[in-house]
Amino acid sequence: MLKYFNLNKTLLTINRLRKFIFAIFITVLLVGLFEALVLSPEDYKQSDSVRIMYVHVPSAWISLGIFSLISILSFGIFIFKNKNFSLIAKSLAPSGFLFNIIALVTGSIWGRPTWGTWWAWDARITSMLLLAIFYLMYILSWRIFDNNDKAIKVSSIVAIIGLINVPIVKFSVDWWSTLHQPASVNLLKETTIHSSMLVPLFIMTAAFALFSLLIFLMKYNTELIKIKNKGLDRL
Amino acid sequence: MYGKKVKLRTFFILLIFLSVALTIFLIFKALEENVVYFKSPTEVKNLTELTTKKIRVGGMVKKNSIITNDTQINFIITDFKNELVVTFKGSVPNLFEEGKGVVAEGFLKDRSYLKAIKILAKHDENYMPPEVSEALKESQ
Repeated sequence: MLKYFNLNKTLLTINRLRKFIFAIFITVLLVGLFEALVLSPEDYKQSDSVRIMYVHVPSAWISLGIFSLISILSFGIFIFKNKNFSLIAKSLAPSGFLFNIIALVTGSIWGRPTWGTWWAWDARITSMLLLAIFYLMYILSWRIFDNNDKAIKVSSIVAIIGLINVPIVKFSVDWWSTLHQPASVNLLKETTIHSSMLVPLFIMTAAFALFSLLIFLMKYNTELIKIKNKGLDRL
Repeated sequence: MYGKKVKLRTFFILLIFLSVALTIFLIFKALEENVVYFKSPTEVKNLTELTTKKIRVGGMVKKNSIITNDTQINFIITDFKNELVVTFKGSVPNLFEEGKGVVAEGFLKDRSYLKAIKILAKHDENYMPPEVSEALKESQ
C-alpha cells in the first residue's frame, strides 16, 4: 500500500482538509458552548457547577481514546515495521496530552465545590495522572533519541505498556471504592444524565475530537515535510 | 498471508504485553487494601485491630442523623448493614446532605466512632434539571 503513497498529493489533500475541518470545528464549538453555557439546565444538586462537565468529560474521553489509538498503532509499528504508523502515532500525541491535562485541571476545579477538595489520591484520579505521565514519557522519548529507529522503538514500548493503564482508568470507579463517581454514560447500562444535558456533552465531544484531528493534521503535515526535505519522495 | 517473521513478532509482542499486564494485575490484587480510597463501616467493624493511623470511611449519611451545634457536627455513616458515628469540627462541602454519599477522614476512637478532621462529599452519577428531580419525587 505504501508504495503508492504519494507525498506531494498527500500534502495537498491535508492542506485542503485542514481548512474544511477548521470551519466545521468553529461551528460545532460555538453551538456546543451555547448549548452548554446557555441552553442546558442547571443540575438539581450542583446547580451551575455542573457545566464544568461539558469540558471535563469530553477531554477525558478524547485523551483516553487518543492514547488507545497510539498504542494500537504501536503494535502495528512493531509487527509490520510500518514507518507511516509511527508518524501518525507521533502526531497524535500532543493533542491527547493537552486534553489529559485539561481533564485533570477541570476535574480539580470541579472537585473543590462539589467534593470539598482539589485533589484526592483515589484510583480514578491517580490512574489519570499516570496516563499524563505516560503521554509525557511518550513525547519525551521522541525528543531524547537522535537515532530515529531507537526513538520509534522506545516510544512504541512506552505506548504499549501504557495501554494497560487505559482499562484501569475506565474501570477504576467500578473495581475499587473511589471518591470519583461511577460512569454516567454507559453503553450497556442505563445512562444517568438527563437528555437535556447529554446534548451539549456530545456536541462538545465532537468539537474536541475535531480540534484533535486539526492538531493531528498540522503535526502530520510537519512530519511529512521533514521527510520531503530529506529528499525522499515516498515513505 | 503474512511472513513468518511478522507472525513471530506478533506472538512475541503479545507475550510481552500479557506478561506485563499480568504482573500489574497481581500487584494491584496484592495492594487492594491500599488502592481503595475509603473503607465501609462494615469493613471498619471487621478490622482485626484498631489503627491509630488516619483512615477514611465512606457510605451514606443516615437520614435524620445530622446534629449540629455551634462548633460541632455529628452524623452517622451507614452502608445499610453497619453504622459509624462521626464527629467533626469545621465546615462541610455544599453537597454534604442526609441520604447522600460522604467520605470522612480522621481517627478511629473505637469500631463505631470516628473523629473526623476532613469531610468530603461523594456525589453520585445522576445528573438532571431541578424540574425533573421534583417530578421524580412527586411520582414516588
